[in-house]
Amino acid sequence: MFSDHRLVAFETIVIKEVRRFTRIWLQTLLPPVITISLYFVIFGNLVGSRIGEMGGYRYMEFIVPGLIMMAVIQNSYSNVVSSFFSQKFQRSVEELLVAPVPNYVILSGYIAGGMARGLCVGLIVTLMSLFFADLGIHSLLITISVVLLTSLVFSLGGFINAVFANNFDDISIIPTFVLTPLIYLGGVFYSIELLPPFWRVVSQLNPIFYMVNTFRYGILGTSDIDVAWAFTMLCLFVIVLYGGCIWLLRRGTGVRS
Amino acid sequence: MTVAISVSNLQKRYASGTMALKGISLEVEQGDFFALLGPNGAGKSTFIGIVSTLVTRSGGRVRVFGRDVDTHVYQTKLDLGVVPQEINFSQFEKVGDVVRTQAGYYGLPRKLAAGRSEKYLRQLGLWEKRNDRSRSLSGGMKRRMMIARALVHEPRLLILDEPTAGVDIELRRSMWNFLLEINRAGTTIILTTHYLEEAEQLCRNIAIIDEGRIIENTSMKKLLLELDTHAFILDSDATLDGEVNIDEPGLSLRKIDSHSIEAVLSGGRDINSAIAALDRLGIRIISMRNKANRLEQLFLSRLRGKGNGEVEG
Ligand SMILES: Nc1ncnc2c1ncn2[C@@H]1O[C@H](COP(=O)(O)OP(=O)(O)OP(=O)(O)O)[C@@H](O)[C@H]1O
Ligand SMILES: [Mg+2]
Repeated sequence: MFSDHRLVAFETIVIKEVRRFTRIWLQTLLPPVITISLYFVIFGNLVGSRIGEMGGYRYMEFIVPGLIMMAVIQNSYSNVVSSFFSQKFQRSVEELLVAPVPNYVILSGYIAGGMARGLCVGLIVTLMSLFFADLGIHSLLITISVVLLTSLVFSLGGFINAVFANNFDDISIIPTFVLTPLIYLGGVFYSIELLPPFWRVVSQLNPIFYMVNTFRYGILGTSDIDVAWAFTMLCLFVIVLYGGCIWLLRRGTGVRS
Repeated sequence: MTVAISVSNLQKRYASGTMALKGISLEVEQGDFFALLGPNGAGKSTFIGIVSTLVTRSGGRVRVFGRDVDTHVYQTKLDLGVVPQEINFSQFEKVGDVVRTQAGYYGLPRKLAAGRSEKYLRQLGLWEKRNDRSRSLSGGMKRRMMIARALVHEPRLLILDEPTAGVDIELRRSMWNFLLEINRAGTTIILTTHYLEEAEQLCRNIAIIDEGRIIENTSMKKLLLELDTHAFILDSDATLDGEVNIDEPGLSLRKIDSHSIEAVLSGGRDINSAIAALDRLGIRIISMRNKANRLEQLFLSRLRGKGNGEVEG
């Protein structure tokens, strides 16, 4: 995919991105781990013991995959959106734009940075979850690939958000008003079998619902949805978002005047 | 002679509607030290922005060392180093990281990048600061860091947008020496400045740009020759008691303080005639210097006579 100078540039961007989120780990790594651990304790342990079973599993086991996905989604997205926006804001993105770095390398670098953080937090949360639940893995291939694709999709989404953002409000609007509701309504905490038929159909329009369920299928082997369809959809998202990002970079939207 | 940069009929209309460049044509030869002068808002930074691809152009073409910037993106970017007018590095990164990262963007392998960063940070007196956060640098240090960053891939053409703005006199001189040195070593340099003395000291060729048009493009020598008024400050050895007030055709002498006299010569009168006139008054001159900026006078007169004798290319 890359050759020589492009590979060096790619590595440079990734190293810089990882250096950034590890330098400010108090803002980037710790908060999601604390939040998700609270979910484990409160919903999983305290409330969960009253709920009993969900979708054929202990409530704790049911919510763990969803919570891991939530961590991956939020952190992939927010790493790219805040990093790229702050580069725009400080104008240090110009360092990249004057250098002979092709657009796809710029994009890949930021996306890899976002995925690194998403997966890093996802891994920490997974390790934490082992204190609360016994997780087997039904299919390692499905589990890993759905996590990677989801992280990729939301990193790309974060990039588009950053390109259009003009101030710090603009980078929190989508996470707050779109991502969080979609995650909460995406079957992280309940099986859609519990919903009335109308809301069950509505839920099926939520892409995050498919990601969470596919991941849950990878771990538990049970799912509300067709896994093959979920992968097709993820791949379509990747293609469309990647194309969109490259198009925006080529036009110089938000970065060149 | 190879041409380092050539632009023809460069135009820029910003989204706001401002026509910042109205068809600029310019050539700078390899090895030149070139000044781009002009008042605030003339379009200097826009020009530099277009050459460095940060600003999209509305018309015209740009060639760097004979290559079109559209079709030879990689090579033309490699040939070019830019020190921008505004600070544009991450405030939270360490000084050394900023420079090394830039080297990485240019594809320099890690070891080479580290070596080059050290070389230029040392040359610019910032090596001791390499582990400090870049926002903790003083204004002048930030500017020098941006010079180190622009040089790390050793471009053949270096463009500096007001590199000495806000830099103290001592540092400015050492920056001048540094730039003269890398120019002597073969780097073509273009700089914009508001310190006309700087252009006079450093540059061989000059273009004056105003309201998006080039109104003068010539050698520094020719430009200075065109000025027929020269002002000098003459210092006497003794305290000047009486008045000095001579006003002859082409020569005026005026006391400015107890030890110095301003001499303004025009119409081909030479400095000897001023010294002779003072000698007749019994005043002995022990030293003299140029009164600041002949170029400044010229600059103002050109801008005033705007629209007359417009030069293109
Ligand atoms: N991003 C922008 N959007 C809209 N107009 C702009 C933009 N940048 C510059 N301009 C306008 O273009 C014109 C030229 O600006 P430019 O920055 O090129 O001037 P300059 O010669 O560098 O001035 P200075 O000496 O103050 O740095 C000005 O009228 C300015 O307001
Ligand atoms: Mg400017």
